[in-house]
Amino acid sequence: MATTSVTGAERDTERRMRQQRHIERRRRFPALISYAVLVLFAIIEMYPIFLMLANSLRSDLDILSNPLGLPTQPQFGNYVEIWERSNFPSYFMNSVYVTGVGLLVLLLISSMAAFYLARFDFRWNKALLMVFLLGLTLPLKLAVVPLFMLMQSLDLLDTRNGLLLVLVAERLSFAIFVLYGFFITMPREVEEAAMVDGANVWQVYWRVVMPMMRPALATVAIVSIVSMWNEFFFPLVFIRSDELRTIPLGMLTIVGEFSTEWALLFAGLTLSSVPMIIAFVILARQFMEGLTEGIR
Amino acid sequence: MSTTSTDAMPRWRRMVPGRRGTGRKSGVGPGRLVHLFVVPALAVYALFVLYPVILTLYNSFFEFQGMQRGEWTGLGNFTALLTTPPLDERVVNALVNNIKIFVFSFVLQCVVGFVVAALLYQHRRGREIFKAAYFLPRLLSLIVIGFLWQMILSPNMGALNQLLEGMGLGWLAQNWLGSPSTALYSVIFVEGWYRLGFSILVFLAAMQAIPRQVFEAARLDGASGLRVLWHFMFPLTRPAWMILTVLTFISSFEMFDLVYAMQGVTGSPFYSSDTLALLFYRLAFGGEGGAAAIGLGSALALMLIVGMALVSGLMVFFFTRKRVDL
Repeated sequence: MATTSVTGAERDTERRMRQQRHIERRRRFPALISYAVLVLFAIIEMYPIFLMLANSLRSDLDILSNPLGLPTQPQFGNYVEIWERSNFPSYFMNSVYVTGVGLLVLLLISSMAAFYLARFDFRWNKALLMVFLLGLTLPLKLAVVPLFMLMQSLDLLDTRNGLLLVLVAERLSFAIFVLYGFFITMPREVEEAAMVDGANVWQVYWRVVMPMMRPALATVAIVSIVSMWNEFFFPLVFIRSDELRTIPLGMLTIVGEFSTEWALLFAGLTLSSVPMIIAFVILARQFMEGLTEGIR
Repeated sequence: MSTTSTDAMPRWRRMVPGRRGTGRKSGVGPGRLVHLFVVPALAVYALFVLYPVILTLYNSFFEFQGMQRGEWTGLGNFTALLTTPPLDERVVNALVNNIKIFVFSFVLQCVVGFVVAALLYQHRRGREIFKAAYFLPRLLSLIVIGFLWQMILSPNMGALNQLLEGMGLGWLAQNWLGSPSTALYSVIFVEGWYRLGFSILVFLAAMQAIPRQVFEAARLDGASGLRVLWHFMFPLTRPAWMILTVLTFISSFEMFDLVYAMQGVTGSPFYSSDTLALLFYRLAFGGEGGAAAIGLGSALALMLIVGMALVSGLMVFFFTRKRVDL
């Protein structure tokens, strides 16, 4: 009885191993093909960006005679020229200002609101949360006409701070959604201990809660930085003055002005993408995790 | 010190009015000030989100003269939008384009994304580098991407046509963005190029969340790769399919930046790449629709808001109706 079961098991494992080997052999060839497909897609995704970088370092003549060539003598002068001949420096500073200050405001007010909604049990909190989350489904761009009139009456048209407020408002629901979701999974004990030690609510929020919230704040920050830096629609509607434009809107001016000077155009496109590319190279994992987590 | 700290603990709990019955405490300094936590966010949200959205919905039932709201017209704006030439044609044309964008984007982003993710799932070597390569375009501005591809797709000096000629496929070369038959599809392709990496990452994360035993058991039972894909990968990544389908739908119907950069505000040539978002923008700010444009634009906005919410809701319903559990 015992012997038969052992041999049975042995036969069983042997059969499995044979099957395994058979499968391995069958899978080696497809493995090559699937690698080739993966590489092909990587080339499709990366080549245009490489082309942009490469052509930003060439001369117009060089690009026209051979669009696919590589830079033989790198012309870094293209960057200097586009920087000096266009309003690029102001576009850049405006983008930094709107994204930077906007992000700080967003993180501050959304974390405060999420703290309030998750940690106090006022009877209107549930309803308030629902109202905030409703914004996740409302496309604010379609409400741009009343928004425009509102900004006009508040004297916020054609100002960086007005633009910044709208960008913050547009991302508020998302930020509260992520932060609130993080909050309710966290125990209250630490905060209560801090209260016992004599801290008031504001100190608890600033010294205890904010440090604990770091992972969720990072997710919100990454998603918001990328989308605020690249925002085009609201600057298009609210910003008139060329010197107040952010980079995506400024690119319209640059493309209009230098439409025949391809080397400069490529340099301009590269300059406007470089901050994000550098950030991605340094923080690739955080970006990928943050941006995919952000949707759930 | 000790008295205040013991007092602090119950105060934390007591900050809930109504729970103690007596309501407000005397000397409620922090008790009432605590509402300041939510006030800034609520003020910004109410002023810059709720108010304009509600007003847009409201405006769609009124006549407009320029920026001036006039008489209540009921459904007048809606019928005007759908029956006055040439607007009615523009609406139908843009709607058809948006539907095409969604269908082809679904194939490019979701179906292709799923296949690439399934391939990537099988290879551990170099996975992080592949992921980064696929994802990088997602970080660039759609305006930058639009202009970049405009140069790549340009008929004479563009890289794509040069590449085709170099490969002996010169007969395929054409004016990608300039001819009505290819313009829309070129834009759809670039949009897919931009978003593909995101779908791949979402699918890959969903696949990695499937317990390994499932695949091992399937292999030992002699199931082939394709059957594993069809019977396990596919149903077990259902939530990812749902999220990506809804997101693809929403981004297809909100498509604005990329078309604006590549094809201009009218979706050239001859409105062949026009979208509802572009049409809405032209009604709101671009002179289309004449003096009554604001009302018409609001009506279009209402239809879009309601339509998108409805279809997204239906998609979620469809995807969650049949649950697959392990």
